Amino acid sequence: MIRARRAILIVVVAVHAIVLAAPWLVPYDPAAQQRLLAFAPPSRVHAIDAQGRWHLRPFVCAIEPSTAIPFRYTEDCSRRYFVRWLVRRTTAAGFTTRESLRLFSVDEPGEMFLFGTDEFGRDVFSRVLVGARISLVMSISAVCLSLALGVVLGSLAGYMGGTVDAIVSGATELVLALPWLYLLLAARAAMPLSLTPTEAFVIIMALLGAIGWARPARLVRAVVASARANDYVTAARTAGASTPHVLRRHLLPQLPVVLVPLALQLVPQFILGETTLSLFGLGVPEPAPSWGTLLASAQRPQVLVEAWWLLAPVVGLVGICVMYYTLARTLRSGPLVSRL
Amino acid sequence: MSVSTGASRTSVVRAGSVALCLVVCLGAPATQRRAEPAGPTHGGQIVVAERTPPSTFNPVLAADAQTHAVLDRLFADLVHINRQTLKTEPALASSWSVSTDGLEYTINLRPDLKFSDGHPCTADDVVFSFDVYLDESVHAPQRDLLLVGGKPIDVRKKDDKTIVVKMPEPYAVGERIFDTIAILPKHVLGEAFAKRALPRTWGVDAPPESIVGTGPFRLRENVPGQRIVLERNPYYWKRDRDGGTLPYLDRLVFVTVPSSDAEFLRFKAGEIDIVSQLTGDQLASLSSGSGYQTADAGPSLQYNFLFFNLNDVNAATLPALATRQRWFREEKFRHAVSAAIDRAAMVSIVYRGQGEPLWGPVTRGNATWYNRALPRPARSLERARALLKEAGFSWRDDGALKDQDGKPVEFSVLVQATSVPRKQMATIIENDLAQLGIGVTIVPLDSRAVVDRVQRTRDYDACILGLGGGDADPNVDMPVWLSSGDHHFWNPSAAKPATPWEAEIDSLMRQQISARTFADRKTLFDRVQALIAEHEPMIFLASPDILAAARAGLANFKPAILPHYTLWNVEELYWRQAPDR
Repeated sequence: MIRARRAILIVVVAVHAIVLAAPWLVPYDPAAQQRLLAFAPPSRVHAIDAQGRWHLRPFVCAIEPSTAIPFRYTEDCSRRYFVRWLVRRTTAAGFTTRESLRLFSVDEPGEMFLFGTDEFGRDVFSRVLVGARISLVMSISAVCLSLALGVVLGSLAGYMGGTVDAIVSGATELVLALPWLYLLLAARAAMPLSLTPTEAFVIIMALLGAIGWARPARLVRAVVASARANDYVTAARTAGASTPHVLRRHLLPQLPVVLVPLALQLVPQFILGETTLSLFGLGVPEPAPSWGTLLASAQRPQVLVEAWWLLAPVVGLVGICVMYYTLARTLRSGPLVSRL
Repeated sequence: MSVSTGASRTSVVRAGSVALCLVVCLGAPATQRRAEPAGPTHGGQIVVAERTPPSTFNPVLAADAQTHAVLDRLFADLVHINRQTLKTEPALASSWSVSTDGLEYTINLRPDLKFSDGHPCTADDVVFSFDVYLDESVHAPQRDLLLVGGKPIDVRKKDDKTIVVKMPEPYAVGERIFDTIAILPKHVLGEAFAKRALPRTWGVDAPPESIVGTGPFRLRENVPGQRIVLERNPYYWKRDRDGGTLPYLDRLVFVTVPSSDAEFLRFKAGEIDIVSQLTGDQLASLSSGSGYQTADAGPSLQYNFLFFNLNDVNAATLPALATRQRWFREEKFRHAVSAAIDRAAMVSIVYRGQGEPLWGPVTRGNATWYNRALPRPARSLERARALLKEAGFSWRDDGALKDQDGKPVEFSVLVQATSVPRKQMATIIENDLAQLGIGVTIVPLDSRAVVDRVQRTRDYDACILGLGGGDADPNVDMPVWLSSGDHHFWNPSAAKPATPWEAEIDSLMRQQISARTFADRKTLFDRVQALIAEHEPMIFLASPDILAAARAGLANFKPAILPHYTLWNVEELYWRQAPDR
């Protein structure tokens, strides 16, 4: 059990470290367009060449756009480009070129698109990884924010009852009933027209948190209120236990069971919520990648048929959710601190 | 002198069809004759999709394309613009003549015209219809089109089958003015109009049999939000080239399908027979299957463009914008931006190659008004760079462009969040201009917010919009080119022209509307196009082709570049073989 817990923790830390360091790890600038290589499929990484010889160092073949059908490519294995660590690649910067160091790439002029390219010829692998940094950090912080607000307000309402309960419950109903669409439009009109990525990030997080707290608050209120009626809580209070003590010892420990599944639901919801916000000019604007915008562009049925590799962020999203779920499961039994 | 008579035109059309018939009958290979043994067949139905159901069944109040798609099949006009030739042809009018001063039109109605309830249609109904359209209390969206020089046209009855229309001043558009003005039944609507209740008549809840028109179909069933079933109008006036009755189809069904993707999937599943607007990637995926026919009607009339904010903004309230406007007002800056934009990439990425790059507002699809002499330079970063240098811009060591004061050149571009093509254009422009060292931030906003900023608050740097598609005549774009127009996007509804060239465009546009010959109008409008290209208040980007598809067995399927793209000749559509569903 301890080993499984360690393993999952290592995975979680590693994934987050990779995601945070994404801009230094990816082989391409996520905004760089190679328009002549639009919709290129994922590069095949070979170890055996056409003559059947093994190579210790993997390589990719040159790709050529098909002259007959647009956006179809053929592999030309007479030209091979080996995968190397710490490669200097030249990229166009303005009307000059710039050399930059990449953690891994292939020899020039070869191209290695691990997850293929999108309609502008941008490397999907680089976009998914860099987009993960924006989306994941943003949605996780928004989930934390809305859960924190929800736990504080919900447990207050559930435990104190009476006027506090009436006020908090009323506010919850109000938030759930508000016409957010129009409020967002009004909020957008009041803000400056162009937002820097950092500003956009903070605004989206705050908005998602502000909209998202109502459901957790309702849930927490219900759990706390029903737990409060238990005999052991009454016994503790009769014995003179203070409110913080009762909350900490008897009521709040019941919350993770309901909050963890909720949080797991909220992470992907908020990632997509960011796409909706971009409809109002509040999202992460192009060309900066985010999972929300990547998923939005993969929503067309044609993409499923012709450029399935654009669904890469879905795999990432599922992977992330499974990871959190496993983490939550391993943390469930026993006191929190000793389990870490 | 009679300038153009419908009668002679009809005879030309008839002669043409006889010739065509001869070619088909004599010259067609045997296989083709086997495939079409008995000529057009009557019967059957087609199912088409619309994004939203019509907002009304009252043609006078119809404003949006979805409503027109249905109502233009239920009603007919006096003179109709053929969507394929873009020329006028007789509809309810069998012929017309124009007085020598161009002010008076004498229109003769077809004999034995009947409404879809069997009631005769006479000059009284025509006069009544124009009264309704011109009545200010009705608020007909098309009323403005019937004003010439601000004054309404005058429509009078001469006898039961003849109408005289007087224009207040010479009007270059001529008989095109009558297109899509529906002729209404006075015996049904007269009372409501007299009681000023017309705007509340023929709403979407009206009983189907109460909607009476002269179009190829009549309303049979309306299930709100789901489907509208039209049935063949037995009293329809149009005949096919052999004198047979039209329409060939028994029924036309409109189903509500909210998205283009859903429509396409249902077409592939066989539930829908025609898709009127395909995207390039959808067309590409159809070309590999069988059971469909696809058509590329060629470049549409739609033009997409980028423009900068050239309004006279208040430097006290919007200081940052006012500084940036110094760049936007510099023509060399606008030319440099234009030179750096990769229009060819837009066509290949945004339209998957099914479109054309643009350097002016008139696309190649509109051959009548297209100015061939316009310069259409290829993309050149070198030229863009030289232009910026000439205008006093320079570059920092890291490649970023700076102005005379050393300020980095950065601006934002508004784009409608729901328009995928224009968002893709913005992404291409961002990348293209980055290569000049110009920083562009793309700001997708909902459509209403974009229009509000462009036309009302005027707080924006640059914006990408698209226009066009209504008619091939330049008059529909009057509000775009006149400096007082509300679609003069770079500086809308100006009190007076801001620059000498805008003043010249104003005067050219006013001259062409009263010019008598087409050649004069063409010279004037060519000059307008040249002035726009020279000063580039709008930087034109690209135009999509009209792509459409239908099931293989549907005959006479000839998509056009004017709306409705595929149903414009619905009366002539028939099933060569029944579709397999």
